[in-house]
Amino acid sequence: MSNHLKDIILKIWRQNGPKDTGHFETYKVDEISDEASFLEMLDYLNEQLITDGKEAIVFDHDCREGICGTCSLMINGQAHGPERSTATCQLHMRKFSSGAEIVIEPWRAAAFPIIKDLMVDRSAFDRIIESGGFITSVTGGAPDANLIPIPKPVADSAMDSAECIGCGACVAACPNGAANLFTSAKIAHLNLLPQGQAERYKRAESMIEKMDEYFGSCTNHGECEAACPKEISIDVIALANADYRKAKLKNRKFISRI
Amino acid sequence: MSTQLNSKIPAGPLGDKWSSYKEDVKLVNPNNKRKFKVIVVGTGLAGASAAATLAELGYQVDAFTFHDSPRRAHSIAAQGGINAAKNYQGDGDSVHRLFHDTIKGGDFRAREANVHRLAEVSVNIIDQMVAQGVPFAREYGGLLDNRSFGGAQVSRTFYARGQTGQQLLLGAYQQLARQVGLGGVRLFNRSELVDVVTVEGRAAGIVVRDLITGEVTSHAAHAVVLATGGYGNAFFLSTNAMSCNVTAAWRAHRKGAYFANPCYTQIHPTCIPQSDEFQSKLTLMSESLRNDGRVWVPKNQDEKRSAADIPEEDRDYYLERLYPSYGNLAPRDISSRAAKRAVDKGLGVGPLKNGVYLDFADAIARLGKDVVKERYGNLFDMYERIAGENPYDMPMRMYPASHYTMGGLWVDYELMTSIPGLYAAGEANFSDHGANRLGASALMQGLADGYFVLPYTIGNYLAPMLNKAIPSVDHPEFKAAELAARERFTGYLNIGGTRSPDWFHREVGKIIWDYCGMERTEQGLEKALSELPALYDEFKKDLRVTGNGESLNQTLEKAGRVDDFFQLGMLMCRDALERQESCGGHFRAEYQTEEGEALRDDDKFCHVAAWEWSGDPMTAKRNIEELEFENVHLATRSYK
Repeated sequence: MSNHLKDIILKIWRQNGPKDTGHFETYKVDEISDEASFLEMLDYLNEQLITDGKEAIVFDHDCREGICGTCSLMINGQAHGPERSTATCQLHMRKFSSGAEIVIEPWRAAAFPIIKDLMVDRSAFDRIIESGGFITSVTGGAPDANLIPIPKPVADSAMDSAECIGCGACVAACPNGAANLFTSAKIAHLNLLPQGQAERYKRAESMIEKMDEYFGSCTNHGECEAACPKEISIDVIALANADYRKAKLKNRKFISRI
Repeated sequence: MSTQLNSKIPAGPLGDKWSSYKEDVKLVNPNNKRKFKVIVVGTGLAGASAAATLAELGYQVDAFTFHDSPRRAHSIAAQGGINAAKNYQGDGDSVHRLFHDTIKGGDFRAREANVHRLAEVSVNIIDQMVAQGVPFAREYGGLLDNRSFGGAQVSRTFYARGQTGQQLLLGAYQQLARQVGLGGVRLFNRSELVDVVTVEGRAAGIVVRDLITGEVTSHAAHAVVLATGGYGNAFFLSTNAMSCNVTAAWRAHRKGAYFANPCYTQIHPTCIPQSDEFQSKLTLMSESLRNDGRVWVPKNQDEKRSAADIPEEDRDYYLERLYPSYGNLAPRDISSRAAKRAVDKGLGVGPLKNGVYLDFADAIARLGKDVVKERYGNLFDMYERIAGENPYDMPMRMYPASHYTMGGLWVDYELMTSIPGLYAAGEANFSDHGANRLGASALMQGLADGYFVLPYTIGNYLAPMLNKAIPSVDHPEFKAAELAARERFTGYLNIGGTRSPDWFHREVGKIIWDYCGMERTEQGLEKALSELPALYDEFKKDLRVTGNGESLNQTLEKAGRVDDFFQLGMLMCRDALERQESCGGHFRAEYQTEEGEALRDDDKFCHVAAWEWSGDPMTAKRNIEELEFENVHLATRSYK
């Protein structure tokens, strides 16, 4: 049976818009079931705020199944909170106890400007994908799907990287605000597969250079892997770096031939 | 008199219809395509694939999503897989068999020609997605793996762990992103459709609200595609994402697009039961779990023992008992009702006695924990995070929940609504699943519509419009729609009542669930039709939206969506009341066989109900499209 937590103190970042300076506000949730999810606790708080005539706290969320990557909160200084390999929306109040004091902030990164309260703008991620995070394949022209056998371990590794939900926790957790885990996960997914070979080096080069326009540099802290709700390994960063280095050499070779 | 609906089904034998349509379709010269602008609303599987393909062909495309990124669309949450008639397993599958299963699964309430086309292009989808780099599961030899799903006796489901929807959506998103990078698509994120605009009877564009600034603007085009998903959130608690809503389809309906079969809603049998009153949504556990999990309830209502301690003779594996040939893989509507009957009899399990067991003990004994983990590991982890119980040791607890809506905007064979130039694709249309959708067919339909159907059919509409200018956004119709939208949102802010939009959503959802959910009766529906308008009046008088309309305001967004759910809810109940038969997901208690199965009335109801807006959902006009079955026999669906 569910138990009830009492007297949860929440210190929540409120910021009225991108240009507002923002501040912490303290709220109290008198009682909540431990079966409730963390975001349901915020829903409950928002209902109270609306009842009191106050503006609800803005936060990003959608599927609440840990797959869409929309939710994004720093909870007590940790991206997606205390439970490993769990997105905020899958965090439940049973991980907390009565009287807990919880600090809730938006993702903290220069490349993710705050829109309002706890909501940030992650469109820089879309720009990275647009620069090369795809395999060019015109609709209708594909050969039979079983024409290229892909060894199971290769398909599995590609899938491990492809699981990235694009939430941005890696950037938020990184002291440098780097997006290497996100970018490299996509590079690894596509560069591991036979279908991705034709654009392999161009992809690595353009995605990494686009990433550098927005994000900080990777200095191998490894915080990203620890924060990733999908447990994507930082090995993908090594793979992407290797492809980037090769891309630079190959592209010089191509230029010399022109 | 009801209006005659022309479904524009091509002549000729069923298997030739789509190819002869493609041969005869009007084409737009590659150099002329850039003169046409198409708006695509929604960036899920159907929207992203349509936008990407139309841009690839050379059309100017404007794509709109209310999410922060196209990659967030709810297609991403589909777990189990995607069907295709590849027959890679050599187990007797074929286009005809997939067609037949889908028609039968839909309880003979879908259009034959559309469904056959869906089955035909299903094979192209797999080729396309593999070429894009979707990492489907493979055998050790490197070939694609398949699994079976409810309502089929072959293994035709392709999957990527328990995240098939995610991988397919990311595939389509990446093709869309490529086109955004190339300049073929202009992407408008955090922009929500608030109205559809017609000029001289044709779709001319849309009015959107910028969710960040609150600004309302018009966008014009030669054609508009709505790929905006289903309306399962009408029930409040559903497996849909929190922001899924009916607004785009509903606003189109109010502008003249017919809304078809709104009472066809799918209640998915395997969702985690509600645990408390704060619950904001329900979480689905993939139907694929029923491949290896066994569904049961205790035989005794007063059972106090934990699941593992209940001996075999005290368990009722009711699906295996009632439907021996399909067993635990009986279709969704049938499995859901069976679970409801068990719980209603007081045989439910869990602290609130509101679930049935889905037990993997036998599978773990037979296959070993590692194999089970390989197949379902991520689903087991997810279950444990939400329910706080480890399914390797304790059976999962499951209960049905609203999951998918087969009803939607009425479309013809070309996926055009009753408004010329306005198309609906994916879950937003009504066309392919009849009264019940089979598992792993939603992804198939979304991608079929976006990649392989719309790119042909839109050309057929646009070709004769060459050199016709895009309507001006200064046209009085646009200005009037903008004004109405601004007034609507200001109106919500000015009511100054006492209840939040969420409060109203929960209440309206409860009425719809109680009377228009898994089981419907004439009496219940009439009750709902008296309660809904009353609650809607209260909504208009007592709503409280805090904040303002000039900055991001999620409470205000929600108010608009709940408003449309109210109106849709009335139409759902009217449709359910008028359809005096049981079929698929629509179960009227008055119309059932002695064994409690759905009893269709093919003489009176072998048709699509396409509702026409009249200014009020309570007085909407019911039009009919007769369904003709030339290739399959109307039979009583049996999964015994």
